[in-house]
Amino acid sequence: MIVAIIVVAVKLLILFAVLMLFVAYGTLAERKVSGHIQDRLGPYHCGPHGLLQPLADGLKLFFKEDIVAAESDKILYYLAPMIAIVPAILAIGVIPFGESITLFGRKIDLVVTDINVALLYLLAVSSFSVYAIVFGGWSSNSKYPLLGGLRSAAQFISYELILGLSIMGVIMVVGSFSLVDIVHYQKSMWMVVYQPLAFIIYMIAATAELNRLPFDLPEAESELVGGYHTEYSSMKFAMFFLGEYANMTVTSAVAVCLFLGGWYSPVSFLSWIPGPIWFVVKLVAVFFFLLWLRWTYPRFRYDQLMVFSWKYLLPLALVNILATGGVMILFGGI
Amino acid sequence: MSWSQLFFYVFAVLAVIMSLMVVTRRKAIHSAIFLILAFICFAATYIVMNAELLAAIQVLVYAGGVVGLIIFVIMLVKAEEDEVRQTHGQWIIAAFIALILVVEVAFVFLGNLVQRTGNLAGKMAQAGGNTEAVGLVLYTKYLFPFEVASVLLLAAMIGAIVLAKYKLER
Repeated sequence: MIVAIIVVAVKLLILFAVLMLFVAYGTLAERKVSGHIQDRLGPYHCGPHGLLQPLADGLKLFFKEDIVAAESDKILYYLAPMIAIVPAILAIGVIPFGESITLFGRKIDLVVTDINVALLYLLAVSSFSVYAIVFGGWSSNSKYPLLGGLRSAAQFISYELILGLSIMGVIMVVGSFSLVDIVHYQKSMWMVVYQPLAFIIYMIAATAELNRLPFDLPEAESELVGGYHTEYSSMKFAMFFLGEYANMTVTSAVAVCLFLGGWYSPVSFLSWIPGPIWFVVKLVAVFFFLLWLRWTYPRFRYDQLMVFSWKYLLPLALVNILATGGVMILFGGI
Repeated sequence: MSWSQLFFYVFAVLAVIMSLMVVTRRKAIHSAIFLILAFICFAATYIVMNAELLAAIQVLVYAGGVVGLIIFVIMLVKAEEDEVRQTHGQWIIAAFIALILVVEVAFVFLGNLVQRTGNLAGKMAQAGGNTEAVGLVLYTKYLFPFEVASVLLLAAMIGAIVLAKYKLER
């Protein structure tokens, strides 16, 4: 019993540390990638090739003046940045990152907990991330944050639905909500081959949920100053930032588990490389894709965003579910 | 008292407290936050009772979706509602409906309905888990009520679209 608790605690600590590492170097990667895409070098002065930049950023944010908007709703104003980081930390508990290993005679699963409704749990906790933005926008008692919060609420409700529907195809093929089962199913072939449409829809909806360009209307800096975090400074602002990159990491990890074969190697002659390394490699690839996307497409207009969601993505997601069901009935499973 | 019983009562009491906070807060947005917390407490009691599918759906649909919509509406109406007090006379009707509900719940508890469903979790586990069991029952035994509910929701959806369109076109 005690040993089991210690094992879980150690796993949580490692996962949390890795997540925070990804968050820190996610910010650096963002600036480096955008720099190179625009033919610049990006941050270069802190450490070799700017590798210590996240540390410098963190220190700077710590020592910034913490301004609290005078007419704000204090409780919500403090609560919103805290909520921003919570969904990602809750979600890492169900993400499997490797096959079970045997250590000191104990079989240790490389997932904190394999619950049988893992995917629903992921959707449920990720639906909380909207509240950080909405509460932040509302409690600042200022017009730009309020507009950002409103846009975010509408956007989130539309795209949450599509995210859930796009995952349905995968669940139908595998027949389980458990992420471990879904990864096991992809041992010989990645899910993206069976469900290409679902993968595209998932990536679009996930980008929209993360408020990243081309879906960054809640914080559109050219029209809303900073959107929901306009009135935030210092560590509170940093928490929003942290939350965004943590959510990006978790979303990439889920995409890897659902569509890209989890910890399995793509080709059999490379299967001597341990699973967790494959997992991280794939995760970094998806993460890079999200950064790349930002400098490829311009921002949607608000009405385009809604039309795109309800008139195109929703029917496509439904067609995907119908087609999956039809194929499964006709050919007796994929 | 076993651990699961203890947790059940802790979350049940918390759920009642949160529900009370929902109806006593002055600001609508504070009510909405306590509503989220109340839904989470409900979900926790479901988990204690081995209904993990229901718990996940509860958080996903209610704490995530429905309250999100409620907050969306709150933000659209005027923000400074500190001084607004409820003055309408709806509380009499509300109290009457609440009384009926309490009687119903008491009827369920005092009758033998609870005993009959007592070992539901065990049966669920035999059927291959909560999710599978619910899916099987929903699409075989209770297919007709399920379809009726679907049609009802569809009708509500079409009604909302018609109402909105009618205003837009005028």
